[in-house]
Amino acid sequence: MESDSRTEGAYDIVAYTGEIDFHHSAKVREDIINNLDKGQHVLVDLYGVSYLDSSGIASLVQGLQHAKNCELTVGLVGVRDSVRKVLELTRMDEVFTLHDSVAEAMVAKKQHRPPDQHTR
Amino acid sequence: MVGTAASEQLFEHRFPASSEQLCSVRQLVRDVLQAQGCGGDFVDTTVLAVDEATCNIMRHGYCGNASGDIILQILRTGGTLTFRLIDYCPPVETCKIKSRDLDEVRPGGLGVYLIQQIMDTMQFEKPPEGAGNMLVMTRKLDCE
Repeated sequence: MESDSRTEGAYDIVAYTGEIDFHHSAKVREDIINNLDKGQHVLVDLYGVSYLDSSGIASLVQGLQHAKNCELTVGLVGVRDSVRKVLELTRMDEVFTLHDSVAEAMVAKKQHRPPDQHTR
Repeated sequence: MVGTAASEQLFEHRFPASSEQLCSVRQLVRDVLQAQGCGGDFVDTTVLAVDEATCNIMRHGYCGNASGDIILQILRTGGTLTFRLIDYCPPVETCKIKSRDLDEVRPGGLGVYLIQQIMDTMQFEKPPEGAGNMLVMTRKLDCE
């Protein structure tokens, strides 16, 4: 798994490529939380991710919970079918807002505040 | 006359209980499934279930200590695949293994849920002599 970060306004966008599994999930959690701790909203770009396991989902949920505590948001971008299937199986597609693109997430942010997280 | 289909062992792989192994184990399982004519969603979800079960052994059985080994066996009996994961950990308290309520949004606890959703059966059976546990999962092939 590789990652790349960039900032666009109030958002830090963390893009991953490869597979997010138990070996890499701790880094995903650290990336999200470190960006939130800088006061930035976070978009996790999963376009390059072909595999996500339950430990990766756990890291995303930890990021989401941290965001709520910081009154910030975490959104998911570019989710491929193989990853979407896992999110659907675990009903995490109902917890995270899935955006097709970073641009779409930005528009959603402007139209709805806060846009990126739901509670069941 | 109704006969009982014989089991054919398709694959056996022994590897250290290190998370670095997970990627290559997933690829090996994927190769076995594809060699059986499977594809698409069936392969993706079966690989996920085996990966989740393997992770659980690494995390909860060996507690992150990669000095132990795990053996993965894949067998085919008629139209059913059997996945055996054998470890050398202390015996599992099977009553503690359960999936969580999905209405709770919290980290963790989804691995067993995913295995139960994907596989047809999942149970611990008597392990080989000298081993600690043997998790056995089965799934009917959808690609015949």
